Amino acid sequence: MLTIRNLAKSYGATRAEKRGRVLAVDDISFDVTDGELFTLLGPSGCGKTTTLRCIAGLEMPDEGEIAIDGRVLFSAERGVRTPPNERRLGMVFQSYAIWPHMNVFENVAFPLRVLPRGQRPRKHALSERVERVLSVVRLDHLAGRQATDLSGGQQQRLALARALVLEPPLLLLDEPLSNLDAKLREEMRFELKRLQRELGITGLYVTHDQVEALAMSNRVAVMRDGKIEQIGHPRSVYEQPESRFVADFIGTSNFIDGTVERCDDGVYVVQTDGGVLRIPSDKHYEVGQAVIVAARPEHIELATNLNGIGPNVWRGRVEARAFLGEVVDHVVAVGPREIRARCNSKVSIPAPTEVTVRFHEEAFSLVPTGD
Amino acid sequence: MSGRNLIVGLVTVFIAYLALVPLGFLLWQTFTRGGHPTLAAIRTAYSQSGLGTMTLNSFAFAGGATAVAVVIGTGLAHLVVRTDVPFKPLMFAASLVPLIIPGILHTIAWFFLLSTQIGVLNIHVIHPIFGVNFNVASVHGMILVEGLHLTPLVFLLMVASFRSMDPSLEESAIMSGAPLRTVFWRITLPLARPALYAAILIMAVRTLESFEVPAVLGLNQHIFVFTSQIWTTLNASPPDYSTAGAYAMALLVLTTIGVLWHNRISKHGRAYQTVTGKGFRPRPIPLGRWRWPATILILAYFCISVLLPLAILFYASTQNFYAPPSHYTLRHLTWGNYGAAWHDPLVQHGLKNSLILGLGTATAVMLLAAVASWIVVRTKVRGRWLIDNLAFLPLTIPGLVLGVAILTIYLRVPWLPIYGTLWIIFIAYLTRYIPYGMRYVSTSMFQIGRELEESAQMSGAGWFQVFRRIVLPLLVPGFVAGWIYIVVVSVRELGSSVLLYSPGREVLSIAIWEMWRNGQFPELCALGIVMVAGLVVLVGVAYKLGAKIGVREA
Repeated sequence: MLTIRNLAKSYGATRAEKRGRVLAVDDISFDVTDGELFTLLGPSGCGKTTTLRCIAGLEMPDEGEIAIDGRVLFSAERGVRTPPNERRLGMVFQSYAIWPHMNVFENVAFPLRVLPRGQRPRKHALSERVERVLSVVRLDHLAGRQATDLSGGQQQRLALARALVLEPPLLLLDEPLSNLDAKLREEMRFELKRLQRELGITGLYVTHDQVEALAMSNRVAVMRDGKIEQIGHPRSVYEQPESRFVADFIGTSNFIDGTVERCDDGVYVVQTDGGVLRIPSDKHYEVGQAVIVAARPEHIELATNLNGIGPNVWRGRVEARAFLGEVVDHVVAVGPREIRARCNSKVSIPAPTEVTVRFHEEAFSLVPTGD
Repeated sequence: MSGRNLIVGLVTVFIAYLALVPLGFLLWQTFTRGGHPTLAAIRTAYSQSGLGTMTLNSFAFAGGATAVAVVIGTGLAHLVVRTDVPFKPLMFAASLVPLIIPGILHTIAWFFLLSTQIGVLNIHVIHPIFGVNFNVASVHGMILVEGLHLTPLVFLLMVASFRSMDPSLEESAIMSGAPLRTVFWRITLPLARPALYAAILIMAVRTLESFEVPAVLGLNQHIFVFTSQIWTTLNASPPDYSTAGAYAMALLVLTTIGVLWHNRISKHGRAYQTVTGKGFRPRPIPLGRWRWPATILILAYFCISVLLPLAILFYASTQNFYAPPSHYTLRHLTWGNYGAAWHDPLVQHGLKNSLILGLGTATAVMLLAAVASWIVVRTKVRGRWLIDNLAFLPLTIPGLVLGVAILTIYLRVPWLPIYGTLWIIFIAYLTRYIPYGMRYVSTSMFQIGRELEESAQMSGAGWFQVFRRIVLPLLVPGFVAGWIYIVVVSVRELGSSVLLYSPGREVLSIAIWEMWRNGQFPELCALGIVMVAGLVVLVGVAYKLGAKIGVREA
């Protein structure tokens, strides 16, 4: 439904100083299908918000094409530049952007009131539509309230109602949860997800919070320096990162440098300075190629009985531990390096203790060298 | 601790003296005669013929000039902050005009541009096109000139307001499908309403207080407003102090209402603040086909507000006798007026006295304000709110009213013989500019963490040492900025000075005023051009300093 082709946007680009310009979005393409919640995830400055604002029409891209359901909103080649107020998209801003000089009802009614004369609903129909969308976000009892008197979570829902009242084909969400406190954020995460699924909204979501992205999205695009690093379902992005950056940005990883020794039936034997690791992977690597092994700490097991070492079972010494409530983090010295192991709270080994470090196969992913 | 209490006490008493005594005396003067309470002065004042017209003129003048300034200033501010109109730096340069062109010079320049007989614009532009002259020496003319002089102030106020607005409030309206026009009228303007009301009130108060425009344009035509009426009453022979006091009281009541109302609004304004995001720097709205009209508007404004007045003053300063520019006059230029002005004893007195008063007032005001604002911001001394309010009070007193009050005090008080000296003008300036000094210092004072002082105390420093070695050095940015600002405004002050000066005690603005009344136009313009140049340098230094210090702070 949403198609982005070769989108590029740079800042500080006057014709005179082409060299000094910064590419905020660097030739990205992706598609969002009907009814899905698609997330752009990345650290600040990666271009995710700029991409969103280009789709909204609030920024003017330099190159590329943006289309929704075949309707071209922007095309550098064809010179199509639909102004943002004619794109009919819904958008929720990070600051909610609730108008403080209007009450709850008027905030939601605004998009209907500014429709072109012919399409503007009559008074009765208008209040019916406003009330319907207010009840969807469960604010109907506050319609007469001044918008500034709402709590953070209520303002958030109001912003959502305002974005939905025109029933837009696509809802743009710009870090909508980042102004809420931790508890409320978790609640709103489920609420948003529920609304999105029940109303069948197609959504483009921007966040720097990996937990939010994994929890809510149907698909995630991890962005970095204006480029998309990896697109996939949350689970596959987490379990099969394709680069060191993705493995590092999403979740926690131990990185171990190694060399491919051989490959038996999709299981790579990798020689590292801590010992040999056997890693299943469907990627192709040459024998003798340098690789990075990313190992998730929650799939690394520690044991105090010291028998049996070999591939994927190493010897180490606990250097430190931290009790985090649900889990206990251990820092284990293995050879020249330190490895983080996340154990359930029943396992808690004081430092210094010699331990066996067992890597489960699902801990591993192989990524190419370089960041 | 007793040293501290002594200083606190002295400063409080002094500020109270400055702020309250003139007001008290004004009341006493107006409502008593020979020691008995009476309303005679009010009766005399308000039974004079032409009074209704005077009041109507005052309100028309205030309302009109405010409307002109607010409409133009707000429009330009929105263009500059939110759209991609070119030449934005020009607008900020133009916004310095009220600082660098004193009101009296600005008014005289417009007289040369738009008077019916010798107005250049009338002769070369307006009459050829419309077949009639625009008479600047009328209420309309006064409104136009005062409005133009106040426009930059509105511009700066509204720029600040538009900039502090969360841009996503407007963007979300755009995303809701509203065209730009609708966004401006339904979102931007309502959100800027507190700032807009504040600007309206400030401009109305300023216009009511204004003396330069009514005096230069109105007096000869017998168009009176409150300020020129007060001046005329005091310049009659014999001067009628109590009647002038009665007019001054009325004016004071009006401006006080305005100022208090404004304060109420600015407190309410805070209710309009909502959560703001990380402040994505918004893309300026592309004007499209409106870009050219907007560009012309900006350039036209720059020409009208900066180039035309300065050009006509400069031209006039090169003439032996003032005549509108023609082929003949442009070939007979002279620099003689600059020399003549330099050797004029009036100018020499003015220069000396303005320097003494400017530097003296600025230093005294800033020191006083530093201690006073320290008391208000930092201490828990009981009654410190009183100091705050006392130091704020002179803001409501128009310069001319303050002049009347101070005049009557020191004419009556034999044990403080400062009438006819510079001291009396110094006291007037000190009183007028204390509120400005307070504002500059308090802003910096709030930025100094309390721990910085506390750690100095813990290191063993006494109160005076803490103040001298920690507080004052940290205040330097605000202090210097405020100091320069006060030098600038006191050099241009006319309202109080015009009632308080005596021969040999003239200041520069009085020199211009006297020359205007004597008809020495070319010499006046020469002095004016030099004065503007001096103020440009001073304001330039202030901005450089401010920028430098600002960078270091960040």
